[in-house]
Amino acid sequence: MSMVHQVYPVAADDFTRAGEASADIKRRLKQLGVSSAVLRRVAVASYEVELNLVIHSDGGELTLNVDQDGVHLISKDVGPGIPDIDQAMREGYSTANEEARSMGFGAGMGLPNMKRNADQFAIESQVGKGTTIEMTFKLA
Amino acid sequence: MKVNALLPLIEAENLTPGVDLDKEVLCGYSCDLLSWVMKNGQEGMAWVTVQTHMNVIAVAVLAEMACVILPEGIDMEPDVLKKAEEEGLCVMKTKLSSYEICGRMHKAGVADKDA
Ligand SMILES: Nc1ncnc2c1ncn2[C@@H]1O[C@H](COP(=O)(O)OP(=O)(O)OP(=O)(O)O)[C@@H](O)[C@H]1O
Ligand SMILES: [Mg+2]
Repeated sequence: MSMVHQVYPVAADDFTRAGEASADIKRRLKQLGVSSAVLRRVAVASYEVELNLVIHSDGGELTLNVDQDGVHLISKDVGPGIPDIDQAMREGYSTANEEARSMGFGAGMGLPNMKRNADQFAIESQVGKGTTIEMTFKLA
Repeated sequence: MKVNALLPLIEAENLTPGVDLDKEVLCGYSCDLLSWVMKNGQEGMAWVTVQTHMNVIAVAVLAEMACVILPEGIDMEPDVLKKAEEEGLCVMKTKLSSYEICGRMHKAGVADKDA
């Protein structure tokens, strides 16, 4: 049973709309009565994963599912993929370009922030194909 | 301290006239790296930053901050301010530096994050 199923397309390099999916996700979960502690963790993770789609991917989508097990966020993009996931997961590692860095992105904290905030975190990537990230947050 | 008491303390001008200034400032923070702020952002935070683009508003709203403070006379584009007003987020600017702003807030009893 799914209480909520929502798909948000996220365009590459669209900085003006970046963060809108996360804002909508937060609004929906608030309406469902999700606790503020869980809400906060989902908000951090969804924002980071959404911004990575904008900054690093060639475009993709963010999916929100809520069921009795909890909140599920799935990010799927169409490339370029991550050659070394261990390296990408390290705090401080970033390939963000000059433009993104001048806007305050590129601290290399996004993936670590997601992992810290999600109860379950899985990342899978293939160069030339794309990256998929799945996160679960328990509704306790 | 309420947001409306913070304005005179740091000689700031409210750039979002429509918003509620009765919110409580619970802590202060200064940083310009957005993921760093995502990690440390808290409800009721007064956040000092030189960044002025749309994502500043997104980060502040997601963390349920009390206000955003622009130091050293920095301005924000009208469309970004409009977004802040729609979200009910106060954005203020002041001629003071980040150092001076934080010094005054600290002296006035505004706590550090996690305090
Ligand atoms: N969807 C993606 N597609 C391709 N590469 C990615 C993707 N997400 C992350 N990466 C790679 O992983 C690196 C680390 O990502 P992370 O989110 O931790 O830091 P960042 O985005 O560079 O900086 P920050 O998130 O602090 O603004 C990125 O710099 C990029 O090289
Ligand atoms: Mg990132």
